[in-house]
Amino acid sequence: MHLVLIAVLPFLGALLLSAMGNIRRDAQAVLALVPVLAGLWVLGGMVPAVLGGAVLQFHADWVPALGLGLTLRLDALALLFCALILFIGLLIVIYARFYLPAHEALGRFLALLLLFQGAMVGISLSGNILLLLVFWELTSLSSFLLIGFRSETAEGRQGARMALTVTGGGGLALIAGLVLLGHIAGTYELSALLTQRTQVQASPLYPLALVLILLGCFTKSAQFPFHFWLPHAMAAPTPVSAYLHSATMVKAGVFLMMRLWPVLAGSELWFALVASTGLVTMLLAAVVGFFKQDLKGILAYSTVSHLGLMTMLLGLGTPAAAMAALFHLLNHALFKAALFMNAGIVDHEAGTRDIRKLGGLATLMPISATLGIIAAASMAGLPPFGGFLSKEMMLEQAADTRWLGQSWLLPMLAVLAAAFSVAYSLRYIVHLYLGPVRDSYPARPHDPPFGLWAPSALLVALTVLVGLFPNTLTHAFMVPAIAALTGTQGTAFHPALWHGWTPALAMSAVAVASGAFLLWRHKGLQRGWEGAMLPDAKALFDTAIERLVSLARLISDAIHNGSLQRQLAVLFVAAVALGALGMAEGGYRPGTHPTLPASPVAVVAWLLLLSSIVAVLVAQQQRFLTLVFISVIGLVVSLAFVYLSAPDLALTQICVETVTILLMLLALNLLPKKPRRISSMARRVRDALIGLAGGGAVGFAAYAVMTREPNDPISAFHWAKSLSEGGGHNVVNVTLVDFRGFDTFGEITVLGIAALTIFALLQPAARGAAGQRLRVWVADLPRSPERHPMMFAVAARVLLPLASIIAIYIFLRGHNAPGGGFIAGLVASIAMLVQYMASGFEWTDARRRIDEHRLIGLGVTIAALTGLGSLVFGYPLFTSAFGHFHIPLLGDLELATATLFDIGVGMTVIGAVMLALAELSHIAVRANKDNAAGREDGPMDIDPARLWAEQQREAALPTPPARPEGEA
Amino acid sequence: MSMEFLIASAIGALTWAGIYLSLRGRTFPVVLGISMLSYAINLFLFAIGRLKVGAPPLYEEGLSNYTDPLPQALVLTAIVISFGMSALTVVLALRTFLETGTDQVDGEPDPAIDPLEGDRAEWIERRNAHRIDMIGEERL
Repeated sequence: MHLVLIAVLPFLGALLLSAMGNIRRDAQAVLALVPVLAGLWVLGGMVPAVLGGAVLQFHADWVPALGLGLTLRLDALALLFCALILFIGLLIVIYARFYLPAHEALGRFLALLLLFQGAMVGISLSGNILLLLVFWELTSLSSFLLIGFRSETAEGRQGARMALTVTGGGGLALIAGLVLLGHIAGTYELSALLTQRTQVQASPLYPLALVLILLGCFTKSAQFPFHFWLPHAMAAPTPVSAYLHSATMVKAGVFLMMRLWPVLAGSELWFALVASTGLVTMLLAAVVGFFKQDLKGILAYSTVSHLGLMTMLLGLGTPAAAMAALFHLLNHALFKAALFMNAGIVDHEAGTRDIRKLGGLATLMPISATLGIIAAASMAGLPPFGGFLSKEMMLEQAADTRWLGQSWLLPMLAVLAAAFSVAYSLRYIVHLYLGPVRDSYPARPHDPPFGLWAPSALLVALTVLVGLFPNTLTHAFMVPAIAALTGTQGTAFHPALWHGWTPALAMSAVAVASGAFLLWRHKGLQRGWEGAMLPDAKALFDTAIERLVSLARLISDAIHNGSLQRQLAVLFVAAVALGALGMAEGGYRPGTHPTLPASPVAVVAWLLLLSSIVAVLVAQQQRFLTLVFISVIGLVVSLAFVYLSAPDLALTQICVETVTILLMLLALNLLPKKPRRISSMARRVRDALIGLAGGGAVGFAAYAVMTREPNDPISAFHWAKSLSEGGGHNVVNVTLVDFRGFDTFGEITVLGIAALTIFALLQPAARGAAGQRLRVWVADLPRSPERHPMMFAVAARVLLPLASIIAIYIFLRGHNAPGGGFIAGLVASIAMLVQYMASGFEWTDARRRIDEHRLIGLGVTIAALTGLGSLVFGYPLFTSAFGHFHIPLLGDLELATATLFDIGVGMTVIGAVMLALAELSHIAVRANKDNAAGREDGPMDIDPARLWAEQQREAALPTPPARPEGEA
Repeated sequence: MSMEFLIASAIGALTWAGIYLSLRGRTFPVVLGISMLSYAINLFLFAIGRLKVGAPPLYEEGLSNYTDPLPQALVLTAIVISFGMSALTVVLALRTFLETGTDQVDGEPDPAIDPLEGDRAEWIERRNAHRIDMIGEERL
């Protein structure tokens, strides 16, 4: 459980920080420190057990069917990495507090930093490789936000995008690779996976899985040729560079290679890929770093180079080399984080990071200079610092490795890389701190406040101490960590400054001497380097992205040209072809289900339907006529439902039919009525043939289904449990509100969204081009001289209460007889729509008391709450409870929570239908207003209510005395 | 002729007309086509429960002759949703027409039906004539 705490703490801190908003900067820093300190404290409590060889585990199921478990696992390797993340994170928070200028949002920055920390801790603790993937992606995302923290600068945005593209792309490869690995091993749990080395490496899928996993690791750890994103990520504020790009995130790739080392390492392929990539990266980046002019650029390439060093060591595949990699990971984190902080201090105090404008800072900022020089010396691999120890180990390992069939090649290249490493490190010291003091610094350099240099001082002290007393300080945790990394015990770990006259010492000496020589000749070399016209990685990347985008555009343009007709035709033809293919392979046997004889009435209805379909097609140019025929089709379909024992469907269909036709009429009012034909004859014949193929296939399939014996155990279940568990006789309604309540909930949500979309589409239609067209619109159909016929208005008003009662009745009986929320909602909406038709939009709208938006929202909420309510009582979602109640007048009534749910359904239906139609008629009214300017949109030409009221008033008044003539 | 044949052929005919209309070049027939396809699909889904006469799915103890209730429940919501879909497409068609002045699905300009195209004066004249017409009606 404590493991969960460690994993969750940073996220909690991030949440808290972003929720707190505008508290003082010191309070924000403290708030960020608390979860980190707490994490370190909890972790500290586990140290004795883990160093004793125990593996602490926590497991909870997440998606067991996929092998995805919330497994957290702490062994000595994870402990080392996790402690490093938390410890350096602690220092970074302090540093950031003093580094970030007052106008930048410290709270947001620290929240993002903690989010990132949580992701990194998650990677180190993951005991399930699928879970690891989740955290892996999270580091990519959070680092994107951190690199782009200064989103107002172009470099920030571009650097963030590039980092996300490269690491995100690698992440995709990693997903495939880890899934493959889990598939080979038969488990995604790390503990079980780590023992499967033979099985994994024997699999034919091993090379593929390995390449994919390495793609993920190499992109994350900036290995050649994916190294280019890291220098561009330096646009981030320096604390981010110090944390993500030296100590933690870029090490995630190295860490994963270490984590999977027992399973993946040791094969020929592993050596060829990993060692070679590491070697090339180490050398190349060291050379480039030597020629960079930006302090952070130098450090960035140096980081790439050192990551290459670790990768190469892991690639060698021997436990001793892996040990060296792990030890260097530790040392590098110490000195590189310190150096980034140092470069940040120089930037902060001297106002520039351009090394050409700097120099001679040693006397001006002595504390920073001391720290920077020691850290750089450790980076150079000079004794007596930590960096020297691990570099010696690296050279020792390199000395007896054959590469490309040559025994001298790898040692020589390693020495060359080390020489450049010495050269850029010395350059950092000499060109930055030594030399004459200048008078042209952009600012006046001086030592920063304590809070800014203290974190790096601590790191520098550690690197010195590790160098001087390596055994005392590191032996206790390095040995179990190496055992955890390699999966074997007994790898010798004897770090010491003096090993005697070894080849490694000689190589080291050569490297230092050549490094010093390189620095001496720097000016000339730099000129040569800049004249060499080397390819610029960013330009290459941008061109590649551009090409990719235009290729994608080319393909999508070729596939679809924006023509709906063409796309639909392809879709229909493809569907028919697939169906035909399935038919050809499956074969056809006539079914044995007994058929129903067709009654004469059915045949007549069928003929009516067919002729209506033909009539719709023929009358296409007269759009109003097509609506009449369409409604005939709807009626016949409703009749079919009635006849074939589906009363609920018949009721729904006939109501929906009414509403749909109304809607189409309203829309057609504003659409062209008789546009000219645009399809050619050939086109029409082609479409008719496609339709014939599709219709024939669907009809045939329907016939085949209907003449087969049903196979419906689910339906039998619904039937059997309807009364006993759903409390209703109407199985259809019980299914809707209970068995499949969640489905219904989804449906009404969709309906509500559709209505709101209609609202959003029509609300702004009065503006812009649409508004202009609406204003010049002319009602082009003959109109009734009587706009609101009295008979209709009166009848509609009398009908409203009656229809409402019917709606309520249909609603209440719905659980036991045909009816329910859907139908009741539709009936109620129709009753109200009739008012709009009879008395006009404005009159009715003015009397409308309920807001449709609220109705939709309320309906969906009620349905959701009812569904959730069952959880409170410990039942699955959308389980209903019911009971019988005796209510006076109404008699014995059954009330179920499903009734409440159904109320929600009904409300949503009313709201959605009313909103859609009211909006549509409103837009017509708006168009009309201009035309009928000055005309009052009265409910009817003669309003009996008003007349009656006037008569009453007149009757109440005393009769005025007859006026004398001539006064008028 | 069996009932099954009638329903199957009706489904086929509706699908045929639905596909044909969906492939037309103007928005309104496409909306009609979608409606037709909705009818066809709803009928098909319903028919999967097999056809029965006089056996509505109202539960009674011991009754064994009943229609499959499950497809009916599915179709019921499908009918309501298809209303939502028709409404949305028709409104989309309307807004597109108002915004672009064409009701062709591929957005080809169509000056013949665009109120803003062609002779502007003629439109205004027609509008005024219409107004006078209506006032005249009122006088009657």
